[in-house]
Amino acid sequence: MASDDSVFGQRVLEDRTPGVEPEESRANVLSYTAGFLLAIVATIASFIVSQTNLLWPPGVPVGLVVLAFAQIGVHLVFFLHLGSGPDHTNNIIALAFGLLIVFLVITGSIWIIANLNANMG
Amino acid sequence: MTIAATIDAAPTELVPGRGGGGPAPTRIVVAYGFWIFLLSDFIMFSGLFAAYAVLSSNTAGGPTGRDLFNLHNVFIETMCLLVSSYTCGLGAFSAERRRPDLFFVFAALTFVLGAAFLFIEIREFAGMVGAGAGPSRSAFLSAFFTLVGMHGAHVTSGLLWLAYMAAQVAGKGLRPNVLRRLVCWSLFWHALDIIWIGVITMVYLMGAR
Repeated sequence: MASDDSVFGQRVLEDRTPGVEPEESRANVLSYTAGFLLAIVATIASFIVSQTNLLWPPGVPVGLVVLAFAQIGVHLVFFLHLGSGPDHTNNIIALAFGLLIVFLVITGSIWIIANLNANMG
Repeated sequence: MTIAATIDAAPTELVPGRGGGGPAPTRIVVAYGFWIFLLSDFIMFSGLFAAYAVLSSNTAGGPTGRDLFNLHNVFIETMCLLVSSYTCGLGAFSAERRRPDLFFVFAALTFVLGAAFLFIEIREFAGMVGAGAGPSRSAFLSAFFTLVGMHGAHVTSGLLWLAYMAAQVAGKGLRPNVLRRLVCWSLFWHALDIIWIGVITMVYLMGAR
């Protein structure tokens, strides 16, 4: 029983699921703050890129999409605490499947409708 | 080989979470289940994003995004949501450390910032409808109100859920089951931020150019 308790206690301290912080660790306030600052920087960069000609104008949508993906990554890692630890395997696999479906729905719709528009236009 | 012998022969040095250390703790399972829900919510939003992407140029002679969007307001909305995500994280952290006093402070900040976001959004919607650019004006505006309105509805339910969680912390204290619900709520709130990144990029920043 004692060994079970120690295994359980160790698990509680070590593993991290999305949004769950281990107790007794100041590093998490730091990582929240780091993620917050990175997110602010990415947001301001998106607004600057969209409102100026800092990027080559036809490339601006690509720049915005790249910044959006970067910021989503920051949110997933620093706010939702997705990581590479053992208890994250299931979360990551589910996320990968979700991203696949999101990608298929969005790009598939844009592709098919653009095709229809071109053929009917 | 009997079942008992098979169990005895199983390797015991497996990493916890990859087959070792027994079943996963409840909070891991609960967070995983809620993560599945959030991913299904993302997939629902992907349908609305796809509809917006397809319809955004069909303005039927009506106003376009360039005429309607006020990026100044959008920037303030974005900052409200980002800061509220940060205070939400600090609130969850305070709750984990059994500091209900700090939790209530951060929960109140999160609520105020979320309500400010909603106020600006509703004002924007009311202004557009008042100017004859309501959801029935064009396919572009139908898609816009559906996508952004759905995000706003999620923020509204997140605020109601936050008020309910604050009442639970006040009434029941920071018990393990209340903490797990708080974890789900903070996952929900952070997920709304991720959706909003997609909205500002695809709808506002690209639409206002």
